[in-house]
Amino acid sequence: MTTEILKNIARFILLVLMQVLLVQNINLTTYVILLPYVLLIIMLPFETPKLVVLFTAFALGASIDYFYDSSGLHASACTIMGFARYYVLKYIAPREGYDAGVQPTIEDMGLAWFLRYAGTLIIIHHFFLFYLEVFRFSEFFRTLLRVMLSSVGTFGLIYLIQFLFFTKRVRT
Amino acid sequence: MKSLFAFVIKYNFIFVFFFLQIICAWLMVHHQGFQGSHVLNSSNMAVANVYRTAANTKEYFSLKQENDRLGNENAMLRNFLKTNYTILPLKQFVKNDTLYKQQYSYISAKAVNSSVNKRRNFLTLNIGSEQGVKQDMAVMTTDGIVGIVTNVSANFSSVMSVLHKDVRVNCQLKKDGSYGPLVWDGKDYRYCLLTDIPTHAKIKAGDTVITSELSGIFPEGIMVGTIESYERRQNESFYTARVKLSANLKKVNHVYVINNRFKTERDSLEAQTQKQIDD
Repeated sequence: MTTEILKNIARFILLVLMQVLLVQNINLTTYVILLPYVLLIIMLPFETPKLVVLFTAFALGASIDYFYDSSGLHASACTIMGFARYYVLKYIAPREGYDAGVQPTIEDMGLAWFLRYAGTLIIIHHFFLFYLEVFRFSEFFRTLLRVMLSSVGTFGLIYLIQFLFFTKRVRT
Repeated sequence: MKSLFAFVIKYNFIFVFFFLQIICAWLMVHHQGFQGSHVLNSSNMAVANVYRTAANTKEYFSLKQENDRLGNENAMLRNFLKTNYTILPLKQFVKNDTLYKQQYSYISAKAVNSSVNKRRNFLTLNIGSEQGVKQDMAVMTTDGIVGIVTNVSANFSSVMSVLHKDVRVNCQLKKDGSYGPLVWDGKDYRYCLLTDIPTHAKIKAGDTVITSELSGIFPEGIMVGTIESYERRQNESFYTARVKLSANLKKVNHVYVINNRFKTERDSLEAQTQKQIDD
């Protein structure tokens, strides 16, 4: 259990640093904003209590806020995402529920499941993030476009990271 | 009361969620830019340190470029050091002669050496080829003509003064344009002789003498002096006038060297024509 906690704390720090030092400087267009730090919430073990998920999400969002100077924006979006995770997991659970010792990765759960799971969470996160940032409905469709494109971008990057760092097949 | 607590505990997930959202909303509302929120104050040190470390690391990638740039800037700034300069009032301004479309540029200089008591008198100026002085350039002061550049080194030049046996400057009477060569008889440094004035010219004492364009060296219209007296010598059909020079060649200090930009072109053309005539 403690190793899990330590692993996740390490992931927390690494993902925040990666986001803040590397990904922040990738300027594709204003429509595609990459936010792979949400991978932390996605990869929390299935068994994590929902309150822990909630607080972890809040802490993650707040950390990013400090670096981005956005004062509560990411914290809010991440908290919503953390809240939704519980319900999403319940909704798309396989018939027998989740096996013990299985991780929410592509390797363990398959791409289709991961697409539904992570994709939904990412879209929820980005949706609330971008609309809160704009804070008005006048740019509704432009923001919607941003949400869609950024979600695709973030998912792509997360897929890449999963493939590079969390695939056991490569190591053997 | 108890049932309220039970309610809250049962739905703790949702309540905690809303509680966190309220904190986030408070953070967003209190976003003040410069002051920020008190909550963020102490943590900003950590954030700043992370950014600072990252920036220090990134700096190493552009070290060579930065070094080159700083080296160039140093060289440029060294050029401005006062110790590199001797005080040289070098001013150049351009006069456009619209009549002939010639361009004259004037270089300011000082005479460091001059003589008036020899038969061949010279001046030395404190500018040379590096300041743009070339042979056969005209030299004048604000008062009048001085001479012609004869030798040039990098930073100095020699000028044949008008008080020189071999110097002939073509001058004209201002009032009617009758022209003739100005020569020096070697007697008085204040007077030169203007010869070959046609007798039909209405010459009078006090008439102004200026340079004519036929000199090829001086621009037209530069003050030379005034007619002191004139006479018609024996067996000559011309007047010879004594011109009091307007410039005091004993006290030459500040001079101008005149650059006639079209001179080389004109000289080569005249030489060509001369050659054709001779053939």
